[in-house]
Amino acid sequence: MTEVTESLGWWGLPIAILAGAIRASTPFLLVSLGECITEKSGRINLGLEGVLMMGAMAGYGASLYTGSAWLGVLAAGVVGAALGLLHGILCSLKRVNDIAIGISFMLLGTGLAFFLGKSLIQPQAPTLSSIPFGFWSDSPQIQSALQINPLFLLGIVLAVLLHFAFLRTRWGLRIRIVGDSEDAARAMGFRVVPTRIMATVFGGFLAGVGGSFLSLYYPGSWSEGLSSGQGIMAVALVIFARWEPLRCLWASLLFGAAGALGPAFQAMGLTSGFYLLNALPYVLTLVILILTTAPNRKISGAPGELSLVRQ
Amino acid sequence: MSNIDQSRRQVLKQLGGTAAAVTLMSFGFRDGLAAEKMTVGAVYVGSRDDYGYNQSHAEAIAAIKKLPFVRVVEEERVPETIAVEKTMQAMIEQDDAKLIFATSFGYFDPYVIKLGKQYPKIRFAHCGGLWTPKDPMNTGSFFGYIDECEYLSGVVAAHVSKTKKLGFIAAKPIPQVLRNINSFTLGAQSVDPSFTTNVIFTGDWSMPVKEAESANSLIDQGCDVITCHVDSPKVIIETAEKRGVYCTGYHVNQSSLAPRGYLTGAEWVWAMPYKILVDAAHEGKPMINFLRGGLKEGFVKMSPYGKAVPEQAKQTADAIKAKMLEGGFTIFKGPLKDNTGKTVIATGVSQDQRDVVLEQMNYLVAGVIGQI
Repeated sequence: MTEVTESLGWWGLPIAILAGAIRASTPFLLVSLGECITEKSGRINLGLEGVLMMGAMAGYGASLYTGSAWLGVLAAGVVGAALGLLHGILCSLKRVNDIAIGISFMLLGTGLAFFLGKSLIQPQAPTLSSIPFGFWSDSPQIQSALQINPLFLLGIVLAVLLHFAFLRTRWGLRIRIVGDSEDAARAMGFRVVPTRIMATVFGGFLAGVGGSFLSLYYPGSWSEGLSSGQGIMAVALVIFARWEPLRCLWASLLFGAAGALGPAFQAMGLTSGFYLLNALPYVLTLVILILTTAPNRKISGAPGELSLVRQ
Repeated sequence: MSNIDQSRRQVLKQLGGTAAAVTLMSFGFRDGLAAEKMTVGAVYVGSRDDYGYNQSHAEAIAAIKKLPFVRVVEEERVPETIAVEKTMQAMIEQDDAKLIFATSFGYFDPYVIKLGKQYPKIRFAHCGGLWTPKDPMNTGSFFGYIDECEYLSGVVAAHVSKTKKLGFIAAKPIPQVLRNINSFTLGAQSVDPSFTTNVIFTGDWSMPVKEAESANSLIDQGCDVITCHVDSPKVIIETAEKRGVYCTGYHVNQSSLAPRGYLTGAEWVWAMPYKILVDAAHEGKPMINFLRGGLKEGFVKMSPYGKAVPEQAKQTADAIKAKMLEGGFTIFKGPLKDNTGKTVIATGVSQDQRDVVLEQMNYLVAGVIGQI
């Protein structure tokens, strides 16, 4: 069935890091880009973990029932956008705290996804195919590492587009002003609330699509342990990336690669301290959060209206 | 958080699974006919339908539920923490459970032991732990010698592997897991002593992304048969199939997930021990503190062979299986060295399946690449 695969030895490490960055970074990337837009507008949606799970579940379900994985991605995005809309509207009410709403969305989304996804655990839905960028290589390892999913490419394009959109377009400027100073935005005639709601809807859409990547491509199956906190890590990642889309891209690649380190080391026979290696991405998150939330330091690049950083 | 009451409904609400939980509760009426029924509780660490370990237990509970004298309460996704103590307590206090199946390894010490002392009239049946006479008499452990199936899987794997490198994705280095890794390796080595097994520990029972990443890493390192001991092998089996290597299954039959590469697998038949324990409780016989069984007793079984399995592999494995069914086959016998070169079983010593020393296994045999 398979030709004999030569062992890679230590070459396995760089390849695993590369492959991990490509395979595992997409959910981080999509969720963080979406959250980046939401936070730039002055809102924080901590509920993206729940949105991610709902997206993963809805995407898998839609793919299963329609037979098309891409319709699954679309369904995931729509479900995510709907949750984003709900979050956006609720947070626009007076005296509603977006952090509290976010946490409740996190619980609601995961709980609902578990409940509705019960019947989706066993069946095999059609999954997304990838583009074989490794065709030039004879090595099956490199061929496998360079199986690139279109959603990953889409994420990269989106990161670049958003980077320029924030800097150069009227649309980007409007989001930034709304996020930096509500008064200034009002003075300029921008409508603050609709802008924020739209930004949250967009963030929800991307988080939903990020979820569908998990269930429809990698690891490519719906289960309740699917996210293991990736939605939360992506929110932390936005802070780490200083609300910069391009930095979100690098940070996502870093997180994806970090997750691959533990298994890669162990596959090579280096298994002592595997708990520590497996904890690496979470340690990274923690370190980032500690470094960025020193109380006596203002975070550079933070949107002024963000409740997370507002004094 | 200090004033949370003992109700598991509350606890579940906090975990965000309210909706899922409510449907699982069988809100009992405690009067009339129902009062004569014996309530049996079951606690799972993961989702009841995970296509793996928890599902194998839930299927046994579903079989038990059909008994006319049994009423069942179940709760899933209960972590191996103080949460399980609260869950079990709620089952006893609110649902009047008389027998509780605690199905995850980490539930036993200290939670089952503690509640066993607190509720001497309630029976606690724990899966996988090792009950010793110093533990309460109303508690007990049951388990299946699934390592027999792992040994047979290793034999089959050795017949199809070309690289002579096997990959094993494991959750945690606990004795049962190590015993499976070792049996799988010994099975392969019984065909060809040069076989090695690369092990990856993911750190927890259900980590889909890490499991997929582990499978890919092992395949990149040249392993061409992949197996696992995690709660839900689906992702691993699918990844192996996608990458075009062979796999052997665990917990339940996953052959439909990998029609090309699925060789065989080790499956549980929990309904067997469950029935024995429920009957003992119903008839008022003493709690069975130590209940074990393998292929012979019908606690475990093999998945049917996949189409990639050559005739010779079937013959070899079937011959060993026949010996196991007679009770005349010993997997762990001396001389046996671990992978650091230390002798773990001396020459001439053979450890029979029922030997409890095996349930305290803390080594990986020679040929396993990995550290605990």
